[in-house]
Amino acid sequence: MATINVEIVSAEGHIFSGEANMVFAPARGGDVGVAPRHAPMLADLRPGELRVDVVDGDEQFFYITGGLLEVQPHLVTVLADTALRGEQLDEEVAKIAKDAAEAAVSAAGDKQSLEHARLQLVEAAARYRAVQKLKGKRG
Amino acid sequence: MANLKEIRGKIGSVKNTQKITRAMEMVAASKLRRTQQRMEATRPYADKIRTAVGHLYQANPEYRHPYLIERESVKRVGYIVISTDRGLCGGLNTNTFRKLINEIGEWKDKGVEVDLCLIGAKATQFFRSIDVNVVATAQNLGENPQVADLLGAIKLMLDSYTDGTIDRLFLLHNVYQNTMSQVPDVKTLIPVDAPDADDLPKHWDYIYEPDAADLLDGVLMRYIESQVYRGAVENVACEMASKMVAMKAATDNAGKMIDTLETAANKARQAAITQEISEIVGGAAAVAE
Repeated sequence: MATINVEIVSAEGHIFSGEANMVFAPARGGDVGVAPRHAPMLADLRPGELRVDVVDGDEQFFYITGGLLEVQPHLVTVLADTALRGEQLDEEVAKIAKDAAEAAVSAAGDKQSLEHARLQLVEAAARYRAVQKLKGKRG
Repeated sequence: MANLKEIRGKIGSVKNTQKITRAMEMVAASKLRRTQQRMEATRPYADKIRTAVGHLYQANPEYRHPYLIERESVKRVGYIVISTDRGLCGGLNTNTFRKLINEIGEWKDKGVEVDLCLIGAKATQFFRSIDVNVVATAQNLGENPQVADLLGAIKLMLDSYTDGTIDRLFLLHNVYQNTMSQVPDVKTLIPVDAPDADDLPKHWDYIYEPDAADLLDGVLMRYIESQVYRGAVENVACEMASKMVAMKAATDNAGKMIDTLETAANKARQAAITQEISEIVGGAAAVAE
């Protein structure tokens, strides 16, 4: 019987790879089962359970928080999200980042000009180079 | 000539410093290996999602997602800047900030405003006291950055692109070339440059579920997120490499300092002995007379 190669990856790394008889994924419009020689497909995944019917008889379960399913005739790739997503959650984390920025900015006193910053950096770089040179000379 | 005891004390303290820098060097070296592996691990996802973007882009050429359109008039641009959380890593952050300040200067000359999204404590510290517009920050990501920690900051920048506040979005982070060299590099995040049709296998197309236009939204967002995430991971690798080199230089330097101090200590000891002998000889001569 034909088998299908399954790869599950996330942005942070590799999760699973192996040969399977069948893969069941929670697509947005309803669960889909992918058998070998399935037509190429791209599908959006909702949070749910991913079931892989591995060739040696075992069934493996993965909980995914959403992602993308890519199907080619002999290869299924699941691009899993690593974080729980949703309109509301996204708004919340965005607010946290914004508050952090505001806190950081308001903690500062008088603002210096861009030119000042440039000078400061040039000085730091020069100091760094001078130290490197000194080291070379002494050695 | 400084006294012998003082010099011995100095040698002791330099040796202690050397122990610390050597330990830091070794820690950075072992962390570098791990972060390099992490960097490799991001590749399959990034490649796949890029292919998906390419396919979706080809699939419905009549639909133009805002992220794919290049806006003609540019009034304000956004930068996502990735820096380290800690110092003691050579000129890494300095180089990044100098690059950024030059870029900001160029935009300002053209009358374009710049919004910054700062990732990493060092960038926040540095730009806090400077007259720039910081809209988002994310700090203390640690040596193993998580996508979840970056999402908020990215979302803010994407939103400000969508509502027209910024017209372009860039990503600035260090690129890992090898252990000795890390170079700050600016990449354009929006407009997304979709892969050309030539890069893709043309013989077949996907079934899209739900439909290509809807999918493109989520895929583009994840594509940008994965690029920022990769930048963060790569920057950590750069930090470790740079720290390793800086700490090795410090260790070598301490070694040289110890050598110089030891020569001085030997001289001081020799001088003390010579003085003692001459005193004894002088004393003996006085007794003999």
